[in-house]
Amino acid sequence: MLAALVIVFREVIEAGLIVGIVLAATRGVPGRGRMVALGVAGGIAGAGLLAAFAGRLGAAFAGAGQELFQAGVLIAAVAMLAWHTIWMASHGRAIARELRALGAAVSSGRSKLAMLGVVVGIAVLREGSEVVLFLYGIAATGGSSAPGIVLGGTLGVLAGAAVAGLVYRGLLAIPAGRLLAVTGWLITLLAAGMASQAVAFLQQGGFAELLVEPVWDTSWLLADGSIVGRLAHTLVGYTDQPDGLQLLVYAATVATITLLARAVRAAAAPSSAPSSGPDSAARAARGRGAA
Amino acid sequence: MPLATRRAARIAPPLVTPPLVAAPLVALPLVVMALLAAPATPRAAEPAPIEVTIKDHRFEPAEITVPAGQAVRLHVRNLDASAEEFDSPSLKVEKVIAAHGAAVVHLRPLKPGRYAFTGEYHEETAHGTVIAQ
Repeated sequence: MLAALVIVFREVIEAGLIVGIVLAATRGVPGRGRMVALGVAGGIAGAGLLAAFAGRLGAAFAGAGQELFQAGVLIAAVAMLAWHTIWMASHGRAIARELRALGAAVSSGRSKLAMLGVVVGIAVLREGSEVVLFLYGIAATGGSSAPGIVLGGTLGVLAGAAVAGLVYRGLLAIPAGRLLAVTGWLITLLAAGMASQAVAFLQQGGFAELLVEPVWDTSWLLADGSIVGRLAHTLVGYTDQPDGLQLLVYAATVATITLLARAVRAAAAPSSAPSSGPDSAARAARGRGAA
Repeated sequence: MPLATRRAARIAPPLVTPPLVAAPLVALPLVVMALLAAPATPRAAEPAPIEVTIKDHRFEPAEITVPAGQAVRLHVRNLDASAEEFDSPSLKVEKVIAAHGAAVVHLRPLKPGRYAFTGEYHEETAHGTVIAQ
């Protein structure tokens, strides 16, 4: 039971982190609850389908179907997160002002909500399909331990959801004026991490076999397999042995989002006040370096 | 901040998409396509895949010796009725192998050493090691 709890928990927690950040980033936008719920429901349905067709997907594209699919959905998520962040650069300040002035009454931003809904859906789809496969395997092979494993799995889902709630609560403790800046760079790093993971999947599938040497190894400090390592992996794309191409794509993603956000902001507000938006935070984050 | 500026910011058309925003959406797929088109290591030079089976949630063989510094492929067949995930952070592989299915696992060129892998869905029994030498 404990093993099932741990396995399910660590899959759910990864999707949970993303849901928590998206909820915080869309604070006060009307309809966001419905959009996130739709994303989660769509992701669960997709996870079931993905698990059911795991065999066929794995066999597609000369055995690289799974990697191409994973890389594809990750890249789609990166594009949507990038779009969201850059769009927030032009409107984030107005939204933050409204949040302060009018509490939760923000009328703009609804159309971009759909993108974050899709990001939530993709996160649930990816992690959920593993949970489905794992639990289905237990059910298929039966055994006396099955009820305990189902119980463990259920507890794992609940614990993962609790972490999502904690992340959301924690982010909401940030004052409204700073919240959008914080979620802006959180989402930028999330996107960069996803881009570098997409690279890892392409390399695993036998594509893009360049710069595959690990550049450093910090597994003695924080191993990918540990819970903290997985959290860092989801949040900022941490991996204990990043290879050259992963680092390159990570840096390129952060730079692209940051520079475009800055350009858009400059165009939107020519007489701009001191910067406090996602791009300045992302700039600070870039200095910190990760991947 | 003057009231006029504040109002102007609020009524600024919120849903107009700046043209620059489209750039990453175009750029990212282009990067990926470029990567896909990049010449992979010549397939002809690669040795035949190493056969690995999963039965009763155990890998057979559990120790796989591969030449160091050379990309190799594992052909993993899952004879069990439940799916398994071939998982190894050190090999940078995580791949689901469907029940009664098979999968090719690409191993990148490895430095000499031992690399552990597990079947993530049955960690109590499914262990193995890749030995690069």
